[in-house]
Amino acid sequence: MTLLAVEDLTVSLPTRRGWARAVRDLSFALDRGQTLGLVGESGCGKSMTALALMGLQPEGARVAGRIALDGEDLLTLDEADLCRIRGNRMAMIFQEPMTALNPLQPIGRQVSEPLRLHRRVGRAEAEREAVRLLDRVGLPNAAQRAHAHPHMLSGGQRQRAMIAMALACGPDLLIADEPTTALDVTIQGQILDLVIELVDERGMALILITHDLGVIAETVDRVIVMYGGAGVEEASSEALFDYRAHPYSQGLFAALPQIGLARGARLEPIPGTVPDLADLPDACTFVDRCPIAAGACRAAPPPPLAVARGHRARCIRLEEARNRSIR
Amino acid sequence: MAFFLLRRFGTLIGTLLAASLVVFLVLEVLPGDPAQVMLGVDAEPSTVEALRRKLGLDRPPVERYLAWIAGLATGDLGISYTYSVPVSELIAERLVLTIPLALIAMAMTVAIALGLGLYAASHHGKPGDWGVMAFGQLGIAIPNFWFAILLILYFSVHLGWFSAGGFPGWSAGILPALQSLLLPAISLAIVQAAILARVTRSAVLEVLREDFVRTARAKGLSRRQALWRHVLRNALIPVVTIMGLQFANLLTGTIIIENVFYLPGVGRLVFQAISQRDLIVVKDVVVLIAALVVVVNFLVDVLYAVIDPRLRTQR
Repeated sequence: MTLLAVEDLTVSLPTRRGWARAVRDLSFALDRGQTLGLVGESGCGKSMTALALMGLQPEGARVAGRIALDGEDLLTLDEADLCRIRGNRMAMIFQEPMTALNPLQPIGRQVSEPLRLHRRVGRAEAEREAVRLLDRVGLPNAAQRAHAHPHMLSGGQRQRAMIAMALACGPDLLIADEPTTALDVTIQGQILDLVIELVDERGMALILITHDLGVIAETVDRVIVMYGGAGVEEASSEALFDYRAHPYSQGLFAALPQIGLARGARLEPIPGTVPDLADLPDACTFVDRCPIAAGACRAAPPPPLAVARGHRARCIRLEEARNRSIR
Repeated sequence: MAFFLLRRFGTLIGTLLAASLVVFLVLEVLPGDPAQVMLGVDAEPSTVEALRRKLGLDRPPVERYLAWIAGLATGDLGISYTYSVPVSELIAERLVLTIPLALIAMAMTVAIALGLGLYAASHHGKPGDWGVMAFGQLGIAIPNFWFAILLILYFSVHLGWFSAGGFPGWSAGILPALQSLLLPAISLAIVQAAILARVTRSAVLEVLREDFVRTARAKGLSRRQALWRHVLRNALIPVVTIMGLQFANLLTGTIIIENVFYLPGVGRLVFQAISQRDLIVVKDVVVLIAALVVVVNFLVDVLYAVIDPRLRTQR
C-alpha cells in the first residue's frame, strides 16, 4: 500500500534574479517498508526535496504539486496540523550531528522531546523511554549518557542520539539527509547498518539522501538520480547498477573510482560545472553539459520515458545514450 | 565548576587590586599635592602642611597605599574632609538609594529589551521588527539626561503624577520611595534597553539560523515552541555579556541622573566630592564603583557557566 505519493513536486526559491526552481516536477511513490535513495551532486535539489516533504522549506519558498501521506495531501494542511505530523509520523535525520543537536540540553531530554510533544507522556516516563531508545541505537551506558550534553559525545554517538530522536514516536517514514557524510569512514558503515536494521525492524519507509553511490548500492530498493532539481532517472538499484540510461547518470558512474580499474586509468569527469538553478533553461536541465544533446533537448523539459519495466529516464535521446554506453 | 569559580574569583581580586592601585597613583602619587588641591592655591603653606600631616601624606606612598587597602578590607575608609564623618557611613547611607535605583533600572532594561528583542526577531522583516529597530535607534541617540528632563516636564510638571525630584527616604514608606525612583530608573533604562533590544534581536536571529532549530521543528515543535525551548537560552550568552557591560554604564549614568533628580545617592556624592575636592571620598567611591562593576562581571561569568554546560568542563 502506498505510504507516500509525491506528484509533480516543484519548489521555487526567491532570488534576486527571480524564482529559482530547486526541485522541478519530481514524482515518486513509496510503499510502507520500502527504501528509496535520492542521489546527486550538491545543489541538485535532493535536500530541498527532503525539507519540502517535511514542510520545512526556507521561508518565502513556493511549494507546488502534491505530497500525499496515506492519501492526505500535506500541502493543503495548516502549520498546526503539520506540527502534529512532523516528528510523529515522519521524522528526519540530518547531516551534521555536531550542529543539529542543541548544545545546551542533555541528549536524553532532546530525545524525549518528541514523546512529550506527540504522546503527551510525563517527563519521567519520556526520559525512561529516551534511555531505552538510546540503548537501542547502541549508545553505550545509555542511562548515564542521557544526562550528557552533546559536546561530551563523539560524532558517531551524536548521530546515534539523532537517530534515537527520529525514532522516538515510531514514524512511518524516515528521511535521512546524508546521515553519514560528516562522520569518520569507520563509523559511516556502522551508522548506515543501524539505520537499515531499524528500518527493517520497524517496517518504516526510508528516503536516504546521499551523493555516495556506494552507500546507495547496499542500502536501498529504488534510486532516483537528481540533476538540476529534476529526477532524471529512476530505477531499482540493481537495475541502475546494471545499466544507466540517462547521460548524466552515466557520467556520474564514470566519475566513480572503481576497484579493479587499471592503475593509471583516469576517472572521467563530467565537463562543465553544476549550473545556477536560476539560470536553468525550461528544457532538459542537463542540456548544457550533455555530450549527446540535440536541438530538440532545448525545446521542452523531457518527459519520463520507459527504459525497462520500472526503469524510467527523462531523456529523449535514450537510443543515442545506449549506443554511447556500449561503445 | 569549582575550579572555574575559583579562577574567576582570583581574577576578581586581581582586578580590584589593580583598580585601587591606579586610583591611588593618579590621586596621590602623580605630581600635584592632594592637600594643596583640597585647600586651593591661595591657602597658607602652614595650613597645607597641617592637612598633609592629618592626611598622612608625609608618610611614604607604599605605606599609605597598604594602610588604605587594609582600611578598605576592614571597612575603615577614613574620615571625609568636608563632612567630617566616616566615609563608610557616608557611602552606606547613599548606597541604599543608588543600589535599588540601579537594580530597578537594570530590571526594566532586561524586561523591555528581551520583550522587544524577541518580538522583533520573531517578526523579522515585518513592520513590528522595523518599529523595534526604530525605537532602538532613537533610544541610542537620545542622551539620558535630556530624556530625564522630558520625563520631568511631562509627568511631574504637566501631569503632576510624580515629584520633580528629591527622595523621601525609605522611612517614608516603600511606595513613596519607589515612586520617586521610578522616573530616574526609566531615564536610565531606556537607553540601555534600546541597545540591549538590538543585541537580543540579532542574537535570536543568529540562533534561529542554527541547524538545531531546524531539528526542533522537524520534531514537530511550532515556531514559537522552538523559540522558547531551544533558541532563547542559546541567544542569552551575548545578551548577558552586554548586560554586564551595561551595568557599568548604568552606574556612571547615576552620577548624571541623580543630579538631574536631586537624589542623594552615590552618584551625587561623588559629584559633590569632586567639586569640593574631597579626595578621600573621591578615592573611596571610585574604588567602590570599580568593585561593583567587577563583582557584576564576576556574576556574569558565573551566569555563563549556568547557561552553557560547555564552559563548566573547560579548563
